[in-house]
Amino acid sequence: MPELLEELFSYSFVNRAIIVGIFVSLCASFLGLPLVLRRYSMIGDGLSHVGFGTLAIAIPLGVSPLKVSIPLVMLAAFLLLRIRESSKMRGDAAIAIISCSSLAIGVIVMSVFSGMNTDIYNYMFGSILAIKQEEVYLCVAISVVIFALFVFFYNKLFFVIFDESYARASGTSIEFYNMLLALLTAVIIVIGMRIMGAMLISSLIIFPALTSMRLLKTFKSVIICSCILSVVCFMLGIVVSFACNFPTGPSIVMANLCAFLIFSLISLTSSS
Amino acid sequence: MQKILSCSQICVKYESTFALSNCSFELDAGNFLGVFGPNGSGKSTLLKSIAGIIKPSQGSVNFYGIKKNEIGYMAQQTAVHRDFPASVYEIVISGTLCRHKYFYFYNKNDKKLADKNLELLGIEQLKHKSFQELSAGQKQRALLARMLCAEAKMLLLDEPTNGLDIETANQLYSILKYINSQGITVIIVSHDISGVAKFCDRTLHLGEYNAGIA
Repeated sequence: MPELLEELFSYSFVNRAIIVGIFVSLCASFLGLPLVLRRYSMIGDGLSHVGFGTLAIAIPLGVSPLKVSIPLVMLAAFLLLRIRESSKMRGDAAIAIISCSSLAIGVIVMSVFSGMNTDIYNYMFGSILAIKQEEVYLCVAISVVIFALFVFFYNKLFFVIFDESYARASGTSIEFYNMLLALLTAVIIVIGMRIMGAMLISSLIIFPALTSMRLLKTFKSVIICSCILSVVCFMLGIVVSFACNFPTGPSIVMANLCAFLIFSLISLTSSS
Repeated sequence: MQKILSCSQICVKYESTFALSNCSFELDAGNFLGVFGPNGSGKSTLLKSIAGIIKPSQGSVNFYGIKKNEIGYMAQQTAVHRDFPASVYEIVISGTLCRHKYFYFYNKNDKKLADKNLELLGIEQLKHKSFQELSAGQKQRALLARMLCAEAKMLLLDEPTNGLDIETANQLYSILKYINSQGITVIIVSHDISGVAKFCDRTLHLGEYNAGIA
């Protein structure tokens, strides 16, 4: 085991992936609880498909994928919320349409320009090889901004999510906080997508929160536990994926699933 | 007495049917108003219009000498809170945020106020308990304490005694009466006419088509 870890950390691409992964996992786990409690879990999933579509377009154009994807996915998040609030179309229907369409566009563009190849596979299911040094700086900077915003709005987010009608009655703009959550989710999804893959990135957001909620019953404790869980599961996933030559994203999801099952089991046995 | 609220000719339409039509009344600061009426008469709709949660299709709601952040609203008990991880303290102190404009961290005053209101409502021993594990009556008290932390001057309560036994309901009414005696205006929507009526100084009966104030 020690040799394995030593070998793992001797590759610079692994180190880059681990740095980005830890920051992204932390931010994703902050956002997870508000999203789960607001019943927004599926928005993450929908946006990740949009992210895939934008990546597919960025690559043949030869531009840095993050710089194209972040604004476009944020735009999609903005539109999704607008549709949810204003039109008669149900929010989940809008998500389904947008996510399928962007996935389709992405796959077509990719197959036209580069053929169905390992690139597509990597973007779908994640790879730790993909991250460049420049992207590490960008990811860390973005994560720090998200963390700062989260800390600043932490109490207010709790206030709004816990009782939307009370918040509205006392003059708080619910729309602002919905938008904030959706935009931050969009950013996290794009920067996490390289490691986790478009299909699996939303698991990084919702799993730690859901797992923590099995056992813990106060807001603060759930947030703290999600942070710890997300980093632990991420590291476990990376090590397993390296040792067994599994794809990275799925290995991290499996680690999260194991944690979820263990927490559920403990919660079941302690309640009975 | 000083006027605090006037509703004139409020109509609320859902799709093509009127949930509430032509409801007009005025209220003075410090009043305790009970709103009664059969199911579907628009009691909750009226309360939501006053709270600003829904916008009336006609008519207007005007407040006098009270700011938006001084209004406390308590919705009917819903399933939304069933799996919400939150301690009583986290909920109660969050009420103080109504008074914070740009800065959302709790200061010493907020913490004091939260402790004071927990004590006032007799739930200080539940401070660190999870909200989902409370009984219905304890939940209502926690939500009331939150409104007091907001230093609300008007409380809008939608069926607060639903699901409570008579004794717990009466305790809640006495608490509300005490809060009211501190000068806070209370509007309560209820089915429980016999329980509420003796605490109210004014009542509003909503019928199918018209509304009048007694």
